[in-house]
Amino acid sequence: MRPEELRPRQAGSAIAPESLEELAGEGAGSMSVIGRRNRKVDGAGKVTGATVYTDDMALPGMLHGKILRSPHPHANILSIDTTRAEALPGVHAVLTGREMPVTYCVIPWTRDEYPLCVDRVRYIGDGVAAVAAVDEDTANRALRLIDVEYELLEPILEPERALDADAPQIHEAGKPGRNGNITKHVHLEFGDVDAALADSDVVVEDEYFFQGSSHTPIEPHCAIGLYDATGKLTVWSATQVPHYLHRELARVLDLDVARIRVVQPAVGGAFGGKSEPFDLEFCVAALSRKCGRPVKILYTREEVFYAHRGRHPMKMKYRTGASRDGRIRAVDGKLLLDGGAYASFGLVTAYYSGQLLTAPYKFDTYRFDSTRVYTNKPACGPKRGHGSVQPRFAFEVQLDQVAERLGIDPMELRRRNFIGERTRTINELRVTSNGFLQCLDAVERSSAWSDKFRRMPFGRGVGVAGSCYISGTNYPIYPNEMPQAAVQIQIERSGRVAVFTGASEIGQGSNSMVAYIAAEELGVPLEYVRVHSTDSDMTPVDLGAYSSRETFMVGNACLMAASDLRKRITAVIANEWDTAAAQVGLAAGWAFDLSDTERRIPISEAFNIAEAKLGTLAAVGHYNTPKDVHGEYRGGTIGASPAYSFTAHVAEVDVDVETGVVDVRKIWIAHDCGRALNPVLVEGQMEGSAYMGFGEALMEEQVFKDADHGRAGLHNAPSLLDYRIPTSMDTPELESLIIESLDPEGPYGAKEAGEGPLHPSIPAIANAIYDAIGVRMNAMPFSPPNVWRALQAGGAREAWERARRDMKRTEVAAD
Amino acid sequence: MLRLHEYTYHRPGSVAEAARLLASHPGRARVIAGGTDLMPNMKHGLFTPEHVIALKQIGELHGIEERDGELVIGAAESLASVSRHPVVRAQFASLSQAAGSVAGPQLRNMGTIGGNLCLDTRCTYYNQTHFWRNALGYCLKKDGDVCHVTKVGRKCVAAHSADTAGVLMTLGAVADLESVNGARSVPVVDFFIADGIENTVREWNEIVTRVRIPLPSPRTRTAFQKVRQRGAIDFPLLNIAVVAQLGAALAIEDLRIVVSALGARPRVISGLDKVAVGRPLDEETTEAVAQRAFQQCHPLTNIIVDPDWRRAMVPVHVRRALTELAAGSVTAAE
Repeated sequence: MRPEELRPRQAGSAIAPESLEELAGEGAGSMSVIGRRNRKVDGAGKVTGATVYTDDMALPGMLHGKILRSPHPHANILSIDTTRAEALPGVHAVLTGREMPVTYCVIPWTRDEYPLCVDRVRYIGDGVAAVAAVDEDTANRALRLIDVEYELLEPILEPERALDADAPQIHEAGKPGRNGNITKHVHLEFGDVDAALADSDVVVEDEYFFQGSSHTPIEPHCAIGLYDATGKLTVWSATQVPHYLHRELARVLDLDVARIRVVQPAVGGAFGGKSEPFDLEFCVAALSRKCGRPVKILYTREEVFYAHRGRHPMKMKYRTGASRDGRIRAVDGKLLLDGGAYASFGLVTAYYSGQLLTAPYKFDTYRFDSTRVYTNKPACGPKRGHGSVQPRFAFEVQLDQVAERLGIDPMELRRRNFIGERTRTINELRVTSNGFLQCLDAVERSSAWSDKFRRMPFGRGVGVAGSCYISGTNYPIYPNEMPQAAVQIQIERSGRVAVFTGASEIGQGSNSMVAYIAAEELGVPLEYVRVHSTDSDMTPVDLGAYSSRETFMVGNACLMAASDLRKRITAVIANEWDTAAAQVGLAAGWAFDLSDTERRIPISEAFNIAEAKLGTLAAVGHYNTPKDVHGEYRGGTIGASPAYSFTAHVAEVDVDVETGVVDVRKIWIAHDCGRALNPVLVEGQMEGSAYMGFGEALMEEQVFKDADHGRAGLHNAPSLLDYRIPTSMDTPELESLIIESLDPEGPYGAKEAGEGPLHPSIPAIANAIYDAIGVRMNAMPFSPPNVWRALQAGGAREAWERARRDMKRTEVAAD
Repeated sequence: MLRLHEYTYHRPGSVAEAARLLASHPGRARVIAGGTDLMPNMKHGLFTPEHVIALKQIGELHGIEERDGELVIGAAESLASVSRHPVVRAQFASLSQAAGSVAGPQLRNMGTIGGNLCLDTRCTYYNQTHFWRNALGYCLKKDGDVCHVTKVGRKCVAAHSADTAGVLMTLGAVADLESVNGARSVPVVDFFIADGIENTVREWNEIVTRVRIPLPSPRTRTAFQKVRQRGAIDFPLLNIAVVAQLGAALAIEDLRIVVSALGARPRVISGLDKVAVGRPLDEETTEAVAQRAFQQCHPLTNIIVDPDWRRAMVPVHVRRALTELAAGSVTAAE
C-alpha cells in the first residue's frame, strides 16, 4: 500500500504528514483525532438512505406478525378462542399468553409483565395474542377473528386513587396487607431536615406537576425472530439493550442463553424508549419457534405510544430552606410517580427522582419521599434524563423562587451554592470533575444575562437553570462483578482496524466514539477503522445504551484495548529504530519518530513489522466501575456514577400576553462533558437535548381520556399529528457552549453529553416566563391555553412589577 | 404501518368519465385528488370505498386564469400553486395565506383547492385508528350512535378544518359542480351545512370542478389568521377570514368575517352592518366587531385543545386581522 492511500481524505480528520511535527508536541494539541470535528462513521449511510434498519430486512420465507391488543383499561381475560384465526388461509401460527406464562422485567426484582397477558389486561393496548401470517393484511384479518371474553374491572387513572385502601389492585401485593398498587416507596433523609428548615431565614414551599412525555423516536420498534432447524434462535431488534433482551429471551422462552443470538441493527432513535424487552421481541421468537419461519413485527406508531415507557408524570411538593445569604439549608421533597400498568424501570425511577438532585448545589440537609404507583395506562419508564428531569424542573423553579424571596440574582444564588469538585454530595455520591461554575459563566456571558434579567419590558424575559447527570451507573441491572463494558480490537495486515463492541449505537454516536479512540491510539486514518457492534455472536457483552454510560465505560474499555496494542507496536518499532517506545508516534497513517518526524513509515508497514515479531495483533479491553463511591445505606448505590456531567441553560422568551403563546427566542446551553471527543457530536447532543426539553415544556401533552370524555384510559393522541413535537419551524435558536473539565477517570477526560443537557431546558423556560410576565408555570406544559389561563387568574403584572422592585432594592443595597 | 384496504383505482381522462364512474358505484366509490385527506382517513378505516377515482390527471380540472371578471381556479390545482399564483398573491392576499398555511410544503404540493373545500370534518373521537375507535365504542359520525362531545346531540359537531373555505366564503367565491345529471354552481357561502357527518351540500355523485372568485375592487382588503400549535403541519384550531370594502378615511362600506375550525360549519359573523358598516375602521369599531364575533362563537371539545381558550382567541384574532387590514400590512404567502 502506498502511503498516500493511507492519508485521510476527510476534511475534519486531515492531518498531513507535514503536520506530524504538530502532533509530536505536548498536550491536547498533540491528538490527531480526539477533540477534532470528525464525521460520524455511519453518517453517510444515513444521509444517503443506505443504512439498513430492522424493518429494511427481509429474510427468505419471512412472515409478518401482529399483536391483538386489549380495548379495555382493566379487565380479566375469561377466555381466548383462536380457532377462527387459525383456520384463516395464510395464517401460520397464533400465540397466546398461556404459551409463555413467564413474567419478565428489565429490573429483576420487579418482574410483573407477561409477553402476552395471561389472565388480566391492565391498559388499553396491552398485548393479548399474536399471529404470524403471509402478509400484514392477513395477519390483521386474523386478529379480528380471535375471540376474547373479558370481565371488566374498575380502572385506576389517577395515582392518588391507586393509594386508596379500597382501590382495586392492579397487581397482587408482594406481601399480605401491602398495597399492590405501589411499585416502590423510597424515603431517605440526610441530616436533620426539620431542624434546618426551622432554622432557615426563608422557606419556600410549592407544588409542581410534570405531565410526562413520550420519546417519539422516528423508527417504531421492530423485531425479527428466526428459530432455525438446529434449534438456534436469532432475534434482530431495534433495541438499545440487546444484552438484557438476550437474557430475558432465554428466561421467558426457556432456552439456553448460548442458543440465542441477538443482533441490534441500526436504530432510528430510542431516547430510552427501547431500553427494555418488549412484547414483540418475545412474540417474533415464539411465533418463529412455532411455525419454523422467520417472523417480523413492526409496531404501528399507535403501538409505540402504547408500549410507551416514557417519562413518569410526577406530582411534586418541595420545601427549600435557605439562609439570608442564599445558602441552601434544607430541601424536602415529596413525589408521587404515576407509573402506568407495569414496573418497567420504576424501582430505579423512584430512587433517581430523589438521589440525583444533590448536585451541583450543596445541600446542608435533604429528604425525599418518592412513591411510584401503578395506574391503568401505558407503562412509564426511562426517557432521556431518567427520573431526574421532573424533580429538576420543580427544584430549579423553586430555586428561582428562593432567589426572588431573598432578592438575589438567581445566577448568583446558584454560584453561592456550588458544591465544588472532588467532593461528596449530601447523599454521599462521589463527585470528581465539576465544571458547573464555568457553565454558569458561559451562559451568563453569552446571553448578556445582566443586561436582560428583570430589565426587559413586560412580555420578555430570561431564565436560568442548572443540573447534573450521571455518566453511567456503578452497578449493573443484574448483580454481577464482571466488567460493565468490553471491547475487542483486531488489526488486519492492510492497516485496517476492526473494533468489536457490544455498545448500542442508537444515533448518539457510540460506533463513532470507539472509532475515534481506536484511530487516535493506533494512528490509522478514521476510515480505516471498521466498527462491528451489537451482535452477541461476535461482540463482547455490553450492558446497553442507557444512563449515558457508553462514552465513559465503553470508551475506557476501547482505550484499554487500543493503548495495549499501541504499546506493543511502538515497542517493536522503537526496537527497530533503536529508540525508546515513548519516542514512537502513531498518527494519521504513519509511525514516526517524535524527535525526527522525517523518520517515518506507513502505519501498515509498522503493523506488519509488529505482527511478524509478536504474532496476530489483537487486544481486549474492559472497564468496570469503582465500587466505593456511594453511601452505605439501602439504595445508596442507585444514582452512584463514576463521574457526573454538569449543565446550565439560559432561555430567553417572548410571551404574547393576549394569546399565551410563548416564543422561545434562544436557549444558551453550557455543558461540562469532561472532554469533547468530537465537539460536533457533543454539540449535536446538546442541541438535541435542549430541543427535546423545549418540546416537552411547550407542546407535548401526555393525556388520556376519562369516563366523561369517551373512554377512561384511552390515549388522547397516539399519533405524530396529535402528539405534538416541535417541527423545524418551532425550534428556537440554540447555542452550545462546551465546557471541558477533564475528568480524571473518563477516557481522555470525557464524561456524558447525551442526557444531562436536557435537564435545565424546562425550568429555564419556566423561569424566563416568570421574568417576562410574572406568572409561575409550576405545571407543564406551558402551552398557550395554560399560560393564558395563568394570566387570566390575575396578579401577573403586579408580581412582575414587584419582582423588579425587589431586584432594584437589592442592587441599591449592594451598592 | 397502518394498511390500506383493497380497492380498484380508476384514472379517468375527463370529468364526464369520472362522473360516470362515480355514478355507477353508488355508495362504493370516492374521488381522490391529492389524497392528503382521503388516504389517512382510509388508513384509519373511516372510508373503505371499493372504487377510488383519481381526478388529478384530468386536464380540465387544472388552470388558474382570469375570465369574465373572475379568477377561475381548477379544482385540481395544488394548494401550493394557488398560494403562489401571481393574481392570487396580488388580489387575494388572504387566500394566498390560507392556501399557503395548510400543513407543510409536501402536503401543499399534493393537496388541492377542491380537496380542501371538500375536506372531511375532524374530531378527536373520529380521526383515530379502528382499534382506538373500537375501544371507544365508536361515535355518531362513524359506526356508532353517540356523540362523545355533546353526549346528547343528534348532530355531529366535528370541526370543519379547511383553511381556504372561510376565505373563499368571504370573497364571494362560487363552486362549480358536475355530475351525470349536469352541472350546477353553489356559492361557497352556501356550500356547508351544520352537520359534521357530511358537512357540504355536494351530492354523493358530484365532483367539484372549479372555484370562481369575483375579482376585487381597488377598495377591497383581505386578511387571514390561523391559530395552530406549531408553525407547520397542524390543522387549524381557529381560522379568521376577513374581507372589507374601505372607502376614504377607512370608512367601512362592507365587512365580511368568517370564523371557522370551531364547529361543523364555518360561521359567518352576522350583524356587522349594525356595528361596522358606515363607520371608520378604528379601534372602537374593531372592538365592537371582535365582541360580536366572540358572542357568536361557541367551540366544543371536538379538538383536544381547551375550548375556552379557543373562544377567547376569536376576538383576539379578529382584532389582529382588522388591525393588519386597516394598516394595509396583509401580505401574500411567501
